[in-house]
Amino acid sequence: MHALRRIVALMKKEFLMILKDPRSRFVIIGPPLIQFFVFGYAATYDLKNVSYAALDESKTAESRQLLSRLDGSENFNRVKTLLSDREIDDVIDRQNARLVVHIGSEFARSIHSGRPAAVQVIVDGRNSNVAMIALGYISTIVAEYNEKLAAGGRLAGRGPGLVLVSRAWFNRNLQSRWFIVSALGGIISMVVVMILTSLSVAREREFGTFDQLLVAPFTPGEILLGKSLPGMLFGLMDALIFCAGAVYWFGVPFRGTVFALVTVLACFIVAIVGVGLLVSSLSVTMQQALLGSFVFMMPAVVLSGFATPIENMPRWLQLATHVNPIRYIIKALRQVFLEGADVYMLWPQIWPLIIMAAVMLPAAGWLFRHRTQ
Amino acid sequence: MTDRSSIPAPADPEPVLAVRDLKKEFPLKKRPAVKALRGVSFDARAGQVTGLVGADGAGKTTLIRTAAGLLAPTAGTVTVLGLDSAADSIEIQSRVGYMPQKFGLYQDLTVEENMALYADLRGVPVAERKARYRILLQMTDLSAFTKRRAGALSGGMKQKLGLACALIKSPKMLLLDEPTVGVDPVSRRELWKIVYEMVEKEGIGVLLSTAYLDEAERCQHVVVLHEGAMLAEGAPATFREQVAGRTFLVDPPSGVKPREIQMRIAGQERILDATIRSGRVRVVTAEADKSPIIDSLSGPWHAEVENAPPTFEDAFMATIPQAHRIDLSKPAQTSTSAEKHGTGEVVVQTRDLTKRFGDFTAVKGITFEVRRAEIFGLLGPNGAGKSTTFRMLCGLLPNTAGEISVAGQNLRRSRSRARSRLGYMAQQFSMYGQISVEENLRFYGRAYGLSRKRLQKRLQWAYEEFGLDRWRDKAAGQLPGGYKQRLAMAAALLHEPEILFLDEPTSGVDPLARREFWLRINGFAQQGVTVVVTTHFMEESEYCDRMLIMSMGKTLAMGTPAEIRTLARTEKNPAPTIDDAFVALAEGTISGNDATPAADLQGDDP
Repeated sequence: MHALRRIVALMKKEFLMILKDPRSRFVIIGPPLIQFFVFGYAATYDLKNVSYAALDESKTAESRQLLSRLDGSENFNRVKTLLSDREIDDVIDRQNARLVVHIGSEFARSIHSGRPAAVQVIVDGRNSNVAMIALGYISTIVAEYNEKLAAGGRLAGRGPGLVLVSRAWFNRNLQSRWFIVSALGGIISMVVVMILTSLSVAREREFGTFDQLLVAPFTPGEILLGKSLPGMLFGLMDALIFCAGAVYWFGVPFRGTVFALVTVLACFIVAIVGVGLLVSSLSVTMQQALLGSFVFMMPAVVLSGFATPIENMPRWLQLATHVNPIRYIIKALRQVFLEGADVYMLWPQIWPLIIMAAVMLPAAGWLFRHRTQ
Repeated sequence: MTDRSSIPAPADPEPVLAVRDLKKEFPLKKRPAVKALRGVSFDARAGQVTGLVGADGAGKTTLIRTAAGLLAPTAGTVTVLGLDSAADSIEIQSRVGYMPQKFGLYQDLTVEENMALYADLRGVPVAERKARYRILLQMTDLSAFTKRRAGALSGGMKQKLGLACALIKSPKMLLLDEPTVGVDPVSRRELWKIVYEMVEKEGIGVLLSTAYLDEAERCQHVVVLHEGAMLAEGAPATFREQVAGRTFLVDPPSGVKPREIQMRIAGQERILDATIRSGRVRVVTAEADKSPIIDSLSGPWHAEVENAPPTFEDAFMATIPQAHRIDLSKPAQTSTSAEKHGTGEVVVQTRDLTKRFGDFTAVKGITFEVRRAEIFGLLGPNGAGKSTTFRMLCGLLPNTAGEISVAGQNLRRSRSRARSRLGYMAQQFSMYGQISVEENLRFYGRAYGLSRKRLQKRLQWAYEEFGLDRWRDKAAGQLPGGYKQRLAMAAALLHEPEILFLDEPTSGVDPLARREFWLRINGFAQQGVTVVVTTHFMEESEYCDRMLIMSMGKTLAMGTPAEIRTLARTEKNPAPTIDDAFVALAEGTISGNDATPAADLQGDDP
């Protein structure tokens, strides 16, 4: 009973401190808002308006049809029409165009005579990501053109025997914004919770108020609990606000249950509080606490599958991601938003978070006790 | 006193600093501007130390910063070495040595590197440096520590290094802002020696601010500031003449503690000041008449009253306007019944208490005990191991060897309930700066499990007792220094602890606030609260019932103030002060071991 009152007293004080300190207030509002819009608008894999140059040596109806398909898509933007293949080097070197589409003089003749007609694409490989995606788009356009020729009977008798019809589930237009924004709540709550909890103990150490707290009849557990609960509440609140923002601002579908969303976020935040307190117990100054938080957050985000697929990583790194709490929340959030998962479906993501919290919090408590000297 | 002719000035010294009708206001949002200086005029001369004396908020720092060209005056002028402080601040800064309260030493650079850095910043020619370093290092006794990081120096050594850096470019004038705050007596004497050497050898003028009144006696010329106004100036001797015949010493009758006498006298009509000095109560009266003292000491308190030679401190206390004096009459007028607590149970006990940090032994086998309602002092210079001992007592540090018991428990291992019996006041201000006074007090009240009703009652008590009422909605970090200390103390006492731990409670606190503080402590001890206090102000140990003097982690001496003083009694110095005893003990000219058997002092206790 007394313990409960002490924890409530400490929580009240923490709330007051966070709300009265302009810097802490900014931590719970500023960075989340910036992240929400920066990631929402800037982080996208969809290529638009790729600049390209065309070198049409065929100069036939067929070659023009192919090029007009490129020009007609919103993905490509012709910046230059070349007259000879000597100009190609220059255009790519100066980055005037990301790629050059070269249609040989034999193009139309080959089509009509039933021989394979080649279209050469020269891509600037300095940005491999853009090159890969752009090439993908071109092959799609070429394949569509092929189909049309076949349908029109122009490729006498040599039409494709197999036609691939692809349908993307969960994200029909494969918009990368859905992919990014749905998982954003996890990243945002992590930043808020990490910074608030890692600073909370370090701030008291730095301002010399910590001794006063240790001499008062608090047990270490009570101090940890009283200090972490406010951070958890602010983190959860932020995450939920920005999940709502994802739906109502960016139009990401929400197909799962709110209960599942809150449950998995809560488990995640408790695990992150464990990490934050661990950092906090290890650091003496606020500077160290902040640095420590970023030392954890940077690799944790990279290894989470938030931006790049975990499947692309080498095997040993893939194994390492299993102890990364962010991996689970990212997966779980995408499941809730896009797959329409409920708590039962999220269970494989929830239990590792619970285990992590169960290890991290006592570890923080132990360290906290042993560092109080 | 403002008569300049009375200054014992060496051979017509020219003024190096002339302050004329100086006013400085700091505008505030919404509220009226703070008037830090309200028209101050005086001169400081070459070859002299001019002291700026006053309590916190007197305007000392503002004046020195204005003289250093760091602040522009609102009205009036400061002329330094013939230059106007506002117009020629760059020129002044290159000719003047300035040491702010917190000197900007780089903690991670060595002593040598810090000096080299300041030599670079001040443009000292490389050819002159070697000789200058040698003089300064010798003067400051830092020659052996040139390779040590500044952060690893003791408080006194840091101040000396700061002074050396301020002197790096043989300045014509030296501005020192409270150079001796928080410095132990040995280091203070050394700092003064350096200042005198500079004045004598190089003939520079020094303007020095201080809140230590005994230091004013060391100045050739003293300027007393109070709340931005200049109250008086003159040589210390002229100040002393002002109170001639008005200073008295009261000998407490046997069996009565000097602090009980002091509490009866303090705050009475026509009494300007009452303090404890060397086991006797020193009193300054409004007129040359000792009857107000005799009137307040009737019956069992009847005591001998004799005239005493006046000091600067007496004059200062008489100069400060009455209205600003603290009301001393309130504290518990309880009878000598507190005496019967005095020989009560042992509340705090240590045996062979030892603390090692790696190879370094900070505390070596300290043994003592404190009884209920005693005021027990832990004294020693910076780095003596006081704070380490103290932190072990409070359970903030584990001890390496030996035993500790506080209220029958080792707080390091005890359950949290045992801790609710003690109150703790840290050396550093340890309230939450952003939240208000009331929110701080409420937090600590709840932390100690006070019920809603009791908390309300205790808050009321705290507001009244400490005069915090008008500050209750103010952020704690914005309180003036003295009120911060009151708040910290109120928070430590809110839950009515049995034992009060105070770590350097008066460090950096001005003389008025210190008097008030000790009167409160006396009051609490009389109500049966046990007080353990660390301090490096030797004269404050007079308020303690018993004390332990530490140096280099070891016990130098333990006993009552009278017993400690007796240790230093020699033919040359028949009435030594605790300060004398401490310096003699620290230098090893006398040994305190024969005064240590603690049990003997307590007589026949179980």
